[in-house]
Amino acid sequence: MSLRDVLSFIFLLAVLLAGIFFFLAGTLGVLRFPDVYGRLHALTKADNLGLGLTVIGLMMQAGSWLEVLKLLLIWILVLLASATASFLIARTALRSGIPPWRP
Amino acid sequence: MNQLYIFLALFLLLNLAVGLVRVFRGPTSADRMLSAQLFGTTGVTILLLLAQGLANPMLRDIALVFVLLSILAVAAFVKRIKPETGGEADEP
Repeated sequence: MSLRDVLSFIFLLAVLLAGIFFFLAGTLGVLRFPDVYGRLHALTKADNLGLGLTVIGLMMQAGSWLEVLKLLLIWILVLLASATASFLIARTALRSGIPPWRP
Repeated sequence: MNQLYIFLALFLLLNLAVGLVRVFRGPTSADRMLSAQLFGTTGVTILLLLAQGLANPMLRDIALVFVLLSILAVAAFVKRIKPETGGEADEP
């Protein structure tokens, strides 16, 4: 194993673990935040960042440029889809009269 | 190396199972629907990790279907809930 392999393995491990950490933070936010808007905020942002970091890690292991492009496109699709979904849920919650949490 | 991906996927699955507590407890239906979001994003990541760990590229296509299904589930939920009067509507 050359130095380059070792460094790329360390980077891969760091990126994957950081991604998993953001997923953990998102789930924790879903369980701990006081209202539906806070939960949406925690879940959508943290999980998409976690997916992005995991995708970066997987891209390094991909065999061809086509795989890299496909992973990138999957991430972009997830970003668009979950942004839309989170806005839809928040607007429905606001219109059905759920008040935002005030300390 | 491949065991690492499988292990991470298992950890995410555990994460998903803990997130189910919110479906069980969550006071409003919007709280429950929020878990569709959780399942979409986490499920896609699990499938991508498994595609790498099991060397099965077909799972990436299944991940794409997961994204589509999660956004469709949320859209169906939004269409089903009729907005009651009294909400702060931003349209006349």
